[in-house]
Amino acid sequence: MAEALTAHGDHGGPHAHHPDLQHHFDTLEQQHEAATLGMWLFLITEVLFFGGLFLAYMLYRVWYPVAWAEASRELDITLGAFNTAVLIGSSLTMAMGVRAAQTGKQRATVVWILLTMALGLVFLIVKYFEYKEKFEHHHVPGVNFMFEGPQAGPAQIYFSLYFLMTGLHATHMIIGFFIMAVIAWMAHKKRFTPEWYTPVEISGLYWHFVDIVWIFLFPLLYLVDRAGHFA
Amino acid sequence: MAGHISPKSTYYAIFAALMVLTAITVGVAFVNLGSFNFPVALGIAITKATLVILFFMHARYSSKLTKLFVGTAFFFLAILLTLTMTDYLSRGMKTYPGGAAGSGYGVRTP
Repeated sequence: MAEALTAHGDHGGPHAHHPDLQHHFDTLEQQHEAATLGMWLFLITEVLFFGGLFLAYMLYRVWYPVAWAEASRELDITLGAFNTAVLIGSSLTMAMGVRAAQTGKQRATVVWILLTMALGLVFLIVKYFEYKEKFEHHHVPGVNFMFEGPQAGPAQIYFSLYFLMTGLHATHMIIGFFIMAVIAWMAHKKRFTPEWYTPVEISGLYWHFVDIVWIFLFPLLYLVDRAGHFA
Repeated sequence: MAGHISPKSTYYAIFAALMVLTAITVGVAFVNLGSFNFPVALGIAITKATLVILFFMHARYSSKLTKLFVGTAFFFLAILLTLTMTDYLSRGMKTYPGGAAGSGYGVRTP
C-alpha cells in the first residue's frame, strides 16, 4: 500500500492524473479498452440471447414454410421498411453523437443524442400501431387467436415468435432510450472531454447492436415470401 | 486518448449504403428466386450488420483483443445455429422413404 502511494506520488503528487482515470488503471487508453471489452462481452451474451430465438425461428420456418409465408404476409411491409430506415437513421445520429464527443463538441453531442432518442421513439410509436393492428385482427397468440385456413396452428407459432422477438427488441429500445437520456444529461452537464467520453462510446455500442438485431428481424419477419413462391 | 475519429463523410457513406441495401432487400423480396430468396435476404442483412459493426461500432479501428471478442460472438452463434440445424435437418434421412429429399427435409404438415 505504502509502495503504491509512493509510486502514485511519483507522477506529480496525489491526483495529478486525469480526474476520470480510475486508480486501478494505468492510462486512459487502458481504461477505455477495458470498458469497450466489457461492453462487447455483454453484447456476446446478447447475441446468444437473441440467437436462441433466431434458432427457434429457423427450425419452425423449415418445418412450416407455408405457414411462415402466409403469416408473414399479414405484416405491413411499408411500416417495417419505414422502421428499418428510422433505426438506421438513429444509428447514424448515434455515430455522429460519439464523434461529437470525441472532438469535444458538447452541444453537438447533446443534439445528436436527442435526435437518436427521437428516432427511437418514432420506431416505438410505429411498433405500437403495428401491435394494435395485430390485436384487432386476432393475430395475438392465445385463446382469441384466429387465422383462416389449415395453417392456423403453425401460424400461431409464427406470431408467438414475432411477438417474442420484436417484443424483446422493443424492450431493448426502451432501455436504450433511457440510457441515452442519461448520456444526453451528462453531455449537457459537460461531463465529457476528448480524453474521456467512454459512456457515450459504449452506450453507442449498445444502440448499434439493437439496430443490428432489427436489421435481421425485418427480412426474417416481413419478407418471408413476398414473391409468392409458397402461395 | 480519443481513439480513432472517422470523418463525417464515412458515416454518411455507410448510412447511404445501409439505406440502399434496405431498398434492395425489399425489392428483391418481390422477385421469385425460388429457394434463393432466403439466402439473398440473409446475405444482405449480414452485409448491413457487418457495415454497422466495422464502421459505426468502430470494430475496424479497435484493438486485436476487441476484434477477437466481436468474432467470438458470431462464432458461438454459428455453432448454435449450425450444429442444431444439421441435427434437425438430417433427421429422417435414413428412415423416410426416398431419404432426406423424399421427406422434404423435414417439412411438416400442419
